[in-house]
Amino acid sequence: MSKLNMVQAINLALHEEMARDGSVVCLGQDIGVDGGVFRVTEGLLDKFGAERVIDTPLAESGILGSAIGMAIAGLRPVAEMQFSGFSYLMLGQLEGNAARYRARSQGRFTCPLVVRMPYGGGVRALEHHSESHEATFAHVPGVKVVIPSAPGNARALLAAAIRDPDPVVFMEPKRSYRAFREEVSEEPELMEIGKAQVVQEGGDLTVISWGAMMRPALQAVAEVQEQRGASIELIDLLTISPMDGETIAASVKKTGRCVIVQEAPFSLGPASEIIATINDKALLHLEAPVKRVTGYDITVPYFSREDMYLPSPGRVRRAIEETLDF
Amino acid sequence: MSVDSACQAAGGPSPPGRLELADQTFHIGHLQILDENGALVAGSAGRAPELSPDQLIRLYRGMVLARAVDDRLLKLQRQGRIGTFAPATGQEAVSCAGVIAMRPSDWFVGSFRELGGRLLRGEPIEQAFLYYNGHEEGNTFAGGERTLPVAVIIACQMLHAVGLAYAMKLKREDAAVVCFFGDGATSEGDFHEAMNFAAVWQAPVVFVCANNQWAISLPREKQTRSRTLAQKAIAYEMPGLQVDGNDALAVYQATHEALERARSGGGPTFIEAVTYRLRMHTTADDPKRYRTDEEVKAWERRDPIPRLRKHLAARGVWNDEMQVNLDEEIRKEIEDAVKKFEEAADFKPDAPFDHVFGVRHPRIEEQRADFLANLSREPRHE
Repeated sequence: MSKLNMVQAINLALHEEMARDGSVVCLGQDIGVDGGVFRVTEGLLDKFGAERVIDTPLAESGILGSAIGMAIAGLRPVAEMQFSGFSYLMLGQLEGNAARYRARSQGRFTCPLVVRMPYGGGVRALEHHSESHEATFAHVPGVKVVIPSAPGNARALLAAAIRDPDPVVFMEPKRSYRAFREEVSEEPELMEIGKAQVVQEGGDLTVISWGAMMRPALQAVAEVQEQRGASIELIDLLTISPMDGETIAASVKKTGRCVIVQEAPFSLGPASEIIATINDKALLHLEAPVKRVTGYDITVPYFSREDMYLPSPGRVRRAIEETLDF
Repeated sequence: MSVDSACQAAGGPSPPGRLELADQTFHIGHLQILDENGALVAGSAGRAPELSPDQLIRLYRGMVLARAVDDRLLKLQRQGRIGTFAPATGQEAVSCAGVIAMRPSDWFVGSFRELGGRLLRGEPIEQAFLYYNGHEEGNTFAGGERTLPVAVIIACQMLHAVGLAYAMKLKREDAAVVCFFGDGATSEGDFHEAMNFAAVWQAPVVFVCANNQWAISLPREKQTRSRTLAQKAIAYEMPGLQVDGNDALAVYQATHEALERARSGGGPTFIEAVTYRLRMHTTADDPKRYRTDEEVKAWERRDPIPRLRKHLAARGVWNDEMQVNLDEEIRKEIEDAVKKFEEAADFKPDAPFDHVFGVRHPRIEEQRADFLANLSREPRHE
């Protein structure tokens, strides 16, 4: 057992998968010699060589488009977008092709590939380095969207994403890259994509979150439990799409109250879809309106105002209290 | 078949890493083997392809079949028996000769105007009818293991071709990729990214641009300021040349040489096949809005099919009786395909739900159940 941060855990999964399966290749900007701007791919070039660890020209559509061809030819490409803010340039290839080859050819051609990208705010970076736009990808049928929250699940979910038969957008919360460490097992680990995880069981209220927002959510839950003795269930969504409606519904049927914490803008994000799912599957069990703590429908501010934009433990705590008191 | 991109280095020593180039001095080769009457163009004998009579006839038959299927598709469309389709009449030589130059182990990556090439790759005609009648089932065979389905988004498939070529190189496979697209594609970002990636990676891919002069209503000269499309290759340090795209032998020879180079580690090639779309962009388009009948008529005289027929006849491998037999054979083949197409069993309505993901997920299955429940209440879905 060793304690790893998320960068190290993702790096470990990449090493393990490339060693396990010779068809896994990594490609992206500065991922080879430089080891990636966040050092996530460090050491891969030395170990697996320049044919399998490809420093590409600076072109996001080119990276994903060529990864699609590689995947059709039987490779398992893991493409890196340097920042999610630049990934819009490959959205045409993702929606137009990676997501569709299976449907277009009725399963004859498939695109087993992973698009990794750091996303989200909190690192005091320049413009286009702080967005949380998982909903953009999640709205594309045929694409899976996975967001880990901690070193352990990042490693296990990335390995599962690489082995998955379909395109997976793997969004890495960059604020959590080096924020904390976790014990990670010696043996490779896998987690099932498409399943949420009940991190802690409780009976009075359900908190649902994912990615970097799991930290403020956890802190708020701990505070409310300590101050009021409330019993709170905490769910880590992990897969944004396809969403695990069963786990959400089962929890809300039990607790009758729910707060969702999302970093993305208020409208039309995963939180909206979670509320719609609760409406479909658990409406009559509700004791209070479902509340969401989110970013706002504004362009993510530059970093002088970033902390005011991002959901804080205090905002989450107040939402939990209001929902408990309703 | 070098570009002869005689970007001359200016005299005198340059600092390291710096190369002074004379301004815009370059030469783009143009390959033509047959003239408009099917005779060998003077001086082209050395480049005439070494094709056996059987191969020549296979190429010719492919072009005649493509034209006949186009005619039939147009009738079916006008009768409301299929949906929109994109005719390739006038430019059959490009994809057909390209495919004759390929091996089955090479990858065919096309857009949507290469039906002739697809049929030569082995796609059954009824598949094309199904595709144009709105069935994904028309893409399930698609001409074999290494023929990608129709790509509708302009230039997107060029990057897939580069990725496939990279994989062939990585796997040490003796295979290459031929990628077809049109003149409009050369304005897209994906075109330039694909050209650049292919050159940097020295990927075994042949880019075949069917420059048919029109991207729907936009003429070639408004698409790009460049005097040729082929010269775009120069910026990527890639061999590039123009061929007469209505001369099947020239298209064959250029593709053949480019494939040989690709397979032997020489990297990508860009071929601009100069041709003309004699019909509409798609059946939803009216070309009279943007071009003259005179222009079309002038290009009809350069039709690639009679040109090749005359050449074959002059070589003694084709005659009128063979033509009569071929026309009858193709007529029957198409009738048979129409029958198969119209008798095609009712397809499973919820098949699209089978092909969202390789592993089923409850969220999709719930929606499938809803879809089927609604269908059972409105079985004809009208």
